[in-house]
Amino acid sequence: MRLKLLAPLAIFVVICAFLLVGLWRDPREVPSPLIGKPAPAFTLAQLHEPAKTLGPADLKGQVWLLNVWASWCVSCREEHPLLVALGKAGIVPIIGLDYKDETTAGKRWLSDNGNPYTTSVVDRDGKVGIDWGVYGVPETFVIDKSGTIRYKQIGPLTAEALETKIMPLIRELQKS
Amino acid sequence: MRWTVLLIALALALAAAGDSALAAQAQPTSRDSVAAARAVKLSEKLRCLVCQNQSIADSNAELAQDLRGQIREQIAAGKTDDEIVAYMVARYGDFVLYEPPLKATTVLLWAGPALLVLGGFVGLMRFLATRRAAPAAPDLSPEERQRAERLLAGSEDRAA
Repeated sequence: MRLKLLAPLAIFVVICAFLLVGLWRDPREVPSPLIGKPAPAFTLAQLHEPAKTLGPADLKGQVWLLNVWASWCVSCREEHPLLVALGKAGIVPIIGLDYKDETTAGKRWLSDNGNPYTTSVVDRDGKVGIDWGVYGVPETFVIDKSGTIRYKQIGPLTAEALETKIMPLIRELQKS
Repeated sequence: MRWTVLLIALALALAAAGDSALAAQAQPTSRDSVAAARAVKLSEKLRCLVCQNQSIADSNAELAQDLRGQIREQIAAGKTDDEIVAYMVARYGDFVLYEPPLKATTVLLWAGPALLVLGGFVGLMRFLATRRAAPAAPDLSPEERQRAERLLAGSEDRAA
């Protein structure tokens, strides 16, 4: 009889537990289906030298980062100092994908805020962004030596994400 | 006479202006109405990842506009609906679908409501069965029955 009375309470506690876990999960972070898949190919003009192009094929054999940014992107300002520091450290090439941006505005933004990128390429119409499943700029991808996407950071980089996830992953990938 | 000529010219000018305005508005939509209907239907099935409670059809986010453009382009290129949906899922995952596919991880999601209804039905049946099985009025001995009748008739003192 006692047990029967406790059943509704037990159900309530279980529902509460689920809701509580839900509180700490970010619905904006959609797991990317591209992790573990080959980086989608592209050949895009470089921001500073439009005559030259760059694509994932040119970076095979090294671990690299693709950072999706734009001069109109507000939260890119948040992560920018971290990227500049990372670029200065020179541990890993950082390729910038200037997403749906005006080239003049993009160039001005980099000269104003510092340019952490080994190279930036221009995705004027956002088609490459779609191929990479980009939906919230800034986004950062870690690509390994074989050209496989290993990690995706949605939204601005944080010091914590860099220290605990991205840098250890880069070191591990560079060893292999 | 001059007035009528002027009026006709004015009407023609207005009609031309109206035409070009309409043309400018109609430009982004697909020319073929069947293709347009398909594009709308597809974009209603796909979630906008920027404003997640809106479909690509509802949302005005730039990404939604771009994805609507992609859908139109792919329809024009002769892709089937399934191919276009597969294209979106390959880039944005199952989350882009409002109707999640039936997989091992989504079985509970799909079967859950049916299981709940079934569980409720079983519970209800068991409850009704125990209620039916419950004893009716207990059997009374002849004396008890007589006393009960007397009590109901009100001819006996309650204390007795």
